[in-house]
Amino acid sequence: MYSSLILIPFFSVIVLNLPFRTLMKKSAFWVCIALSLIQIFAVLFSPTGSLGNLTEMFFSFLRVDLWIDNLSRIMLLCIGIVLFTAAWVQKELSKDEERQFNFMNVLLLLLAGLNGIVLVRDIFSLYVFLEITAVSSFILIGFNKERDAFEAAFKYIILSVIATALMLTSIGLLLMIAGDTSFATISATLKTSPDKLLAMFAVAIFLCAAFIKGGVMPFHGWLPDAYSASPASVSVILAGVVTKTVGVYTLIRIVYSVFGYSPALTLILLIVGTLSVVLGALAALGQSDFKRMLAYSSISQVGYIVLGLATGSMLGLAGAVFHLFNHSIFKSLLFVNSAAVESSTGTRNMDNLAGLAKKMPVTGTTSILASLSCAGIPPLAGFWSKLLIIVALWMGKFYAFAIIAALASILTLAYFLSLQRRVFFGKLREDLAHIKESGFGFLLSMTILALITIGAGLGFPFILNSFLLPVKTISGG
Amino acid sequence: MSGEITHIFWSFGLFIVMLFVIGLYCVLMTYNLVRALIGLEILIKGVTLLIIVAGYVSGHIALAQSLVITLIVIEVVVMTVAVGIVFGIRHYNESLDTRAIEKLKG
Amino acid sequence: MTLNIFILLALIAAALWTVMTRSLLRSALGLALTSIILTILMFQLDSPLAAVFELSVCAGLISVLFISTISLSLPLSEQEWMKHMRERMARFWFLPLLLILVAVVLSFMNIKPTIHLPAPDKIQDVRFVMWHLRRFDSMGQIIILLAGVFGVVILFKEKIKK
Repeated sequence: MYSSLILIPFFSVIVLNLPFRTLMKKSAFWVCIALSLIQIFAVLFSPTGSLGNLTEMFFSFLRVDLWIDNLSRIMLLCIGIVLFTAAWVQKELSKDEERQFNFMNVLLLLLAGLNGIVLVRDIFSLYVFLEITAVSSFILIGFNKERDAFEAAFKYIILSVIATALMLTSIGLLLMIAGDTSFATISATLKTSPDKLLAMFAVAIFLCAAFIKGGVMPFHGWLPDAYSASPASVSVILAGVVTKTVGVYTLIRIVYSVFGYSPALTLILLIVGTLSVVLGALAALGQSDFKRMLAYSSISQVGYIVLGLATGSMLGLAGAVFHLFNHSIFKSLLFVNSAAVESSTGTRNMDNLAGLAKKMPVTGTTSILASLSCAGIPPLAGFWSKLLIIVALWMGKFYAFAIIAALASILTLAYFLSLQRRVFFGKLREDLAHIKESGFGFLLSMTILALITIGAGLGFPFILNSFLLPVKTISGG
Repeated sequence: MSGEITHIFWSFGLFIVMLFVIGLYCVLMTYNLVRALIGLEILIKGVTLLIIVAGYVSGHIALAQSLVITLIVIEVVVMTVAVGIVFGIRHYNESLDTRAIEKLKG
Repeated sequence: MTLNIFILLALIAAALWTVMTRSLLRSALGLALTSIILTILMFQLDSPLAAVFELSVCAGLISVLFISTISLSLPLSEQEWMKHMRERMARFWFLPLLLILVAVVLSFMNIKPTIHLPAPDKIQDVRFVMWHLRRFDSMGQIIILLAGVFGVVILFKEKIKK
């Protein structure tokens, strides 16, 4: 069933571009919404039936083995939700039908790429889908043809191709050692291989590539520019799922299912994670652009995920995956908020804003919820995932890192309070007196995302037992 | 037998590392957008050679060839999109900012 | 093997020329030359099909792409050109030295552990591997080509509004 999640977007793009384009132009947006809903329902209820059998047949024709575990399920869920919101935001922002149509097509190809990354079990196919995602994101970043966006896209291309080259070098070396590129063969070879030095070199450069793609701290050069310069809907999807899937999910999958842990690898992950957490938060404090602050905050939160992964324990991994989910949700919510503020007031500079909470009640309330969740205030979802990560670090005897991670969440609270104070509270400026609450698409996506954040926080025990703790048991096997 | 084959790999390896150095140096030191892309191309050439050599020495040349063919197709698409972005940047640099034309020099 | 070493030296020389040469046009031609030498090397390593792809796509298509980009940009005046040349030499003159250094250091370090290779494949036919074992990658190629088409439509065809 899940295999059809790659095929359906691909075929819908083909169908949308068949001769009756005028008819199709209006429906592109609804196709996008429908596909994201299908994906969400497929993950939540995992139906089986004739449709499932049909796609299974097709996939046995493709000779590919895809399997799914809870980690993939959670990623697919995030992708579905964030795609839904991004499509609504884009509908609010752009009225031009032709451009809307092109945007939705590229969005569908991006969806196919992201689902592919989550589902494949072959290191070279992983590369193929990473590139599909990367190419679609380059196009989407430059979609509005603004100067800054082009420059950000170029920077992203340079770093992304360098990361790809590193990744392919690693693939080449692994191909030589293992003789095949599937996860299973490589994993088995790395356990028994006598060529320790070469294998370690290959693992190290693959990690470097994943770090660049995920934008963690020493390798983050492209990320703030790309997030802040791209169109609003694109920054929602970039921050919400693209870097999370391309960088962080790949990292978790490769470390967990393929490479396995070693003391050196744990140390690298711990150091990189801590650097991201602390420096990202400090950099976020100094920003005055709404989206740029969120971008640095994103780097900081990804650091927590890497720390959770570094512990290697069941609890740590559960925390990392839950934080990955939460971060997708609340960071896309914050980016939707920034898009709403920008479309109402025409600026992202926080020094020129104040007191918007009275004029835009929904935006104000949801952004407070998202900020508190991100800063780890109970009982919101972000609190639980951070707690899991910090407890896992403490139990793994990484005391110093646990303390740094706990203290850094105060920094998180600090920069979000500064954001709230500058944008939503205080006295309303006179030149902003005429602004109104944003449109239906914004309100819908903000409400849904905020409800998910609250729901995941309140239903935490259920989620922990049914989704998160089985992550390890399944993906290890 | 294995020793000789390994020797072939390491001699190629030296040259592959040199290609990487040339490509990275070009990307990092140039101010020209097109030249940066050319540097990336040289980097990818090195990777292509590496995969072919890896397949050759380990006796999986057929697999390596099919990987390289996929790699080449993807590389072309990435470069086309990159050139599209460069066109966009050049449009602004010619019309808006004279200082930024500096960036287009090598 | 001796022949291969000479071809490899030519490859490095071509890549170096691509990076060092002053004119952008020659740089693009140098890239095509590098590609052609790589093709010869691939023929030497028993991979004719991939070599043909490299020749037609990389040496052909990508060169056309780059040259058309370069030919659309404005030429510089004489003075600007001289200034630009001096500036460029200052940045690039130590690349050859760096390369020689890397080569010497790597040859002296002599890291050549014997690699334990896996058993070779029984199937040695590219067409079979391509169509029977890597079909999924072929589907990926089709998706990325579609993405490329939309990229061209969006980035080249639509006008930039000022």
